[in-house]
Amino acid sequence: MPGKLKVKIVAGRHLPVMDRASDLTDAFVEVKFGNTTFKTDVYLKSLNPQWNSEWFKFEVDDEDLQDEPLQITVLDHDTYSANDAIGKVYIDIDPLLYSEAATVISGWFPIYDTIHGIRGEINVVVKVDLFNDLNRFRQSSCGVKFFCTTSIPKCYRAVIIHGFVEELVVNEDPEYQWIDRIRTPRASNEARQRLISLMSGELQRKIGLKVLEMRGNAVVGYLQCFDLEGESGLVVRAIGTACTLDKLSSPAAFLPACNSPSKEMKEIPFNEDPNPNTHSSGPSTPLKNQTYSFSPSKSYSRQSSSSDTDLSLTPKTGMGSGSAGKEGGPFKALLRQQTQSALEQREFPFFTLTAFPPGFLVHVGGVVSARSVKLLDRIHNPDEPETRDAWWAEIRQEIKSHAKALGCHAVVGYSESTSICEEVCILSASGTAAVLNPRFLQDGTVEGCLEQRLEENLPTRCGFCHIPYDELNMPFPAHLTYCYNCRKQKVPDVLFTTIDLPTDATVIGKGCLIQARLCRLKKKAQAEANATAISNLLPFMEYEVHTQLMNKLKLKGMNALFGLRIQITVGENMLMGLASATGVYLAALPTPGGIQIAGKTPNDGSYEQHISHMQKKINDTIAKNKELYEINPPEISEEIIGSPIPEPRQRSRLLRSQSESSDEVTELDLSHGKKDAFVLEIDDTDAMEDVHSLLTDVPPPSGFYSCNTEIMPGINNWTSEIQMFTSVRVIRLSSLNLTNQALNKNFNDLCENLLKSLYFKLRSMIPCCLCHVNFTVSLPEDELIQVTVTAVAITFDKNQALQTTKTPVEKSLQRASTDNEELLQFPLELCSDSLPSHPFPPAKAMTVEKASPVGDGNFRNRSAPPCANSTVGVVKMTPLSFIPGAKITKYLGIINMFFIRETTSLREEGGVSGFLHAFIAEVFAMVRAHVAALGGNAVVSYIMKQCVFMENPNKNQAQCLINVSGDAVVFVRESDLEVVSSQQPTTNCQSSCTEGEVTT
Amino acid sequence: MTSELDIFVGNTTLIDEDVYRLWLDGYSVTDAVALRVRSGILEQTGATAAVLQSDTMDHYRTFHMLERLLHAPPKLLHQLIFQIPPSRQALLIERYYAFDEAFVREVLGKKLSKGTKKDLDDISTKTGITLKSCRRQFDNFKRVFKVVEEMRGSLVDNIQQHFLLSDRLARDYAAIVFFANNRFETGKKKLQYLSFGDFAFCAELMIQNWTLGAVGEAPTDPDSQMDDMDMDLDKEFLQDLKELKVLVADKDLLDLHKSLVCTALRGKLGVFSEMEANFKNLSRGLVNVAAKLTHNKDVRDLFVDLVEKFVEPCRSDHWPLSDVRFFLNQYSASVHSLDGFRHQALWDRYMGTLRGCLLRLYHD
Repeated sequence: MPGKLKVKIVAGRHLPVMDRASDLTDAFVEVKFGNTTFKTDVYLKSLNPQWNSEWFKFEVDDEDLQDEPLQITVLDHDTYSANDAIGKVYIDIDPLLYSEAATVISGWFPIYDTIHGIRGEINVVVKVDLFNDLNRFRQSSCGVKFFCTTSIPKCYRAVIIHGFVEELVVNEDPEYQWIDRIRTPRASNEARQRLISLMSGELQRKIGLKVLEMRGNAVVGYLQCFDLEGESGLVVRAIGTACTLDKLSSPAAFLPACNSPSKEMKEIPFNEDPNPNTHSSGPSTPLKNQTYSFSPSKSYSRQSSSSDTDLSLTPKTGMGSGSAGKEGGPFKALLRQQTQSALEQREFPFFTLTAFPPGFLVHVGGVVSARSVKLLDRIHNPDEPETRDAWWAEIRQEIKSHAKALGCHAVVGYSESTSICEEVCILSASGTAAVLNPRFLQDGTVEGCLEQRLEENLPTRCGFCHIPYDELNMPFPAHLTYCYNCRKQKVPDVLFTTIDLPTDATVIGKGCLIQARLCRLKKKAQAEANATAISNLLPFMEYEVHTQLMNKLKLKGMNALFGLRIQITVGENMLMGLASATGVYLAALPTPGGIQIAGKTPNDGSYEQHISHMQKKINDTIAKNKELYEINPPEISEEIIGSPIPEPRQRSRLLRSQSESSDEVTELDLSHGKKDAFVLEIDDTDAMEDVHSLLTDVPPPSGFYSCNTEIMPGINNWTSEIQMFTSVRVIRLSSLNLTNQALNKNFNDLCENLLKSLYFKLRSMIPCCLCHVNFTVSLPEDELIQVTVTAVAITFDKNQALQTTKTPVEKSLQRASTDNEELLQFPLELCSDSLPSHPFPPAKAMTVEKASPVGDGNFRNRSAPPCANSTVGVVKMTPLSFIPGAKITKYLGIINMFFIRETTSLREEGGVSGFLHAFIAEVFAMVRAHVAALGGNAVVSYIMKQCVFMENPNKNQAQCLINVSGDAVVFVRESDLEVVSSQQPTTNCQSSCTEGEVTT
Repeated sequence: MTSELDIFVGNTTLIDEDVYRLWLDGYSVTDAVALRVRSGILEQTGATAAVLQSDTMDHYRTFHMLERLLHAPPKLLHQLIFQIPPSRQALLIERYYAFDEAFVREVLGKKLSKGTKKDLDDISTKTGITLKSCRRQFDNFKRVFKVVEEMRGSLVDNIQQHFLLSDRLARDYAAIVFFANNRFETGKKKLQYLSFGDFAFCAELMIQNWTLGAVGEAPTDPDSQMDDMDMDLDKEFLQDLKELKVLVADKDLLDLHKSLVCTALRGKLGVFSEMEANFKNLSRGLVNVAAKLTHNKDVRDLFVDLVEKFVEPCRSDHWPLSDVRFFLNQYSASVHSLDGFRHQALWDRYMGTLRGCLLRLYHD
């Protein structure tokens, strides 16, 4: 589908002085797309030029529209020498390529130079007209929508969730092509930025093609990363979850619908060829055998899967034997078979979602992860992706095997990451093994009566906690007990997951951020010896991180982890592990046992006294934490736990399980299944170190809570006062006598001090919760450790938080009444568990905005006389997928930006802190400008994926690479929705103002 | 373990008013941390000194980056780098351009091209204001002067439009610019008792009545220079003031003027006898001030002369302020009854402003 791209350069402002003689600038603009370049006139002697150029028109293929960024370069004209560069703007055209998103990109953009940063601003208008062309050999995927959000976007409904999509592209890194030339920083940086932009566009187009093959129309949970492999190349890879989404029609939608004839051509293309492409893991091959046609209708061909005919009501051996109820057996087996048949069609049944439509998640098996150490200099053909594709396919197979061992055929909350140092690369993948509801996974229609019966058998609010595996064939020793909610199914005593807390989970008290931190020294080595050393260290690090998590979870009196994210970072002389999660107390799981300290060989009185002292401290800490996080589960007598009375055969199995545990007492027990108490033996310095790390985690100051998930259980009176932030710390280790113990202490102190700083800086927001706390660790140089944190601070109304927690039924009714609109998407006969996944009910009392920091200004509040003519609209940013106290009405496309900044005058810019502080502020500014130009007022699911920092103080130099992404959206405050009639004139006024600015 | 890099960047830029105050006052990060510790913030929040150091450094870096924008406040509104709520923008601008009474008294009326390190050092030593703060305040005065010195129209409006200051602060800066442009002497010992507010009050009256931009007084000659309306005194007006000398040169007019004033004030003034005895000296002083304003030197000494010729003699005779007001009102009004005096409009333009100034200058 070829199209026409139109660009108009309106004006510039605050340009830098490029002519010292006149203190002015002779500015002009080059507009480039692909290989075509246009130029504006030179606007003489001004720092605020008014070009008001004609429309520059590019006629291009839609493939190029998807791959290429629009490049806008601002230069200073010089009569007698070369023109001087001022800066550039890269604009992604993709948001203009599908309906329901932006129709025009228009506004002020910062002009960015990789050497000087932001130098003025430029006002640009960009439009796209797509032509209808029945191209049977199309390579583009215009119309496929992308979302960074790892849940179903707020104003959409998931018709089908198709599954995993991935792609990887590789290219030479421009930074390493200067062997025979002198490197010029600006040229190298701009070549890199442009190349990554191109590769990102290509990646998105190719993934879009795969989505079309799967007959989807969107990618949710889109996660893109780039790997700087050094001499072997620059890799950009992405994963996501293909879906078919329907837009929810909301009666409250007052935004005028801009329907134009050309938009109808952007309707979802429909694939009539049922043959799927079998090369999903390789680069996208030409689709010569594929035929596509357009259909304005949104109906789909609902073909039955051939595997449906194999469905049988006879339970198989081993299947359903774990069921406690006879009546549910056949349907449970049917459910499992359907899930299996749906997922077995996929090579990788992975989902990058962390939050799900109601009823999607049936069971959770636990965290699965895999790691692989590779040597980059062994890549057979570095310029081709085959080797790397094989690496990732291998690790995905391993994840799939782990999930199967847990009795699951799907992995949710799936993510991938790398850590590279010199020629060694660690690939990591992790997710949560799960059993899913097949209704969301296939478009085959199950017979009506069976579906009806299945609905009745949908899991209750504790269903996802029930074990999906056969307790007689458990993959690891574990202590099981009957579910404390329904007392019919088995649950583990501890549950680890990588997903967000399901909204219908019953949680007692509040959650809290739990981190495990670990460092291990390793010798400097080369190539294979280095890889071997790393491979040998990894299993022990995994075990110790896991142990720390278990200890800290027990110390908090909690029994489950959500949003678990473990990263291993490799440096030249050390490995670092950091795990972050949100600990909670699930009502369905048992109360965790205490932590008991015992000496291996007690020999003298003072030693016993020391042990006793530490034991008391630990017990006191547990008691304090239970009070702090309001963990007070109801008392249940032992007799009730066992009901209903198991049959003799099951009793025999229980005994056998216990017997197996006792027989294998010397084996590695990863789950620490002993319920009475976890015994922590102190027999060496490492154990002593563990106890110290347990007790040195200082709780947040009063009024503060923190978690790394989106939802903090126990708090539901959020105000609209939010503050997203990024904090970076780098410490230098003293190289004298560095030991594992000292290293661990330094790392712990670094993270703890960072958290303390955040609490102090945000103290005016109390009562406050830090949500979606995302820690990233880097090892830029031998003795440097870098920690980067991005999170959002949200204020909540403290008075209501102190009220007694309502019963689940009342909560359910209340939520249903407040989310009446969203409830319309489900038939009324669905069971009560099918509530929409609205994160929080609207806050009943809006807290008066505090003086410092002032909440983001309301658009309509412009009463301050001196600043009444402020023309910069406010753009909110948040790592969450929603904005408290507001409703997202429109998604405008993803923001995926990559920046490089370099300086050769580090001291003059305030040292490394000044340099990076300014750079991150500039990144924020450029993200906000792009969102505003698309017509949005917020970024959700914001993430700073990479912040690669390098410095050379002796040469007064530094360089930094930052990659950020998120979803641009339009939101409306829920308080504004109540005055819909008066909102529309305001919208028109804003629109008029925007038009006025464009015509200036 | 040493900290190499430590930053915090928020989507909405946080402004801590206490730290901003310390930064504006020119304290170093170390001194600011010490002052914050002394304020008890560690006990209140449970933070450590290292946390306070990190927080203070973050804020100082932000203020340093904002400073370039504060030099041209409209840029703060239109820039995209910092997302700051409008009320905080106004606070940043207003406090950045605020100045200390002690400092402005040292530089008021002086040439703004000065400001060498030694001059500011001396002022810093004398006033106790940090050198950095002195530098900021002086640079603000100079910057505003340079921006508006060649602009036509209202000085206050120009300052407000280009620096987004509040009404009060814009009027203060108009006074500073006006005094700098006309080089009024303010540093003499006998003027030390006067505050900046006193001078600013007088400046406002003079700008409104004695400058080229004074309302209703713009010359009708189309060829005359129309620039600098509010900055420069009206030279024609000052030249015309020589005509007022007849009030004290003509003995009959002087005697008649005295007689009219004494008749009107008899029984109303507590210091009537002192006034009667001193009338001719006071009148000669006031009229001679007017007559001498044709010379730049004497324009600069305007305030010295007013204090010397009027304020000090009245103060030595212990005139209460109310009597000064009565006297000046009658002294101005009685001239209208002098049959032989032909410069009534000129007199009103002169005495209307002078009366206001003298009443403001007359205090302990």
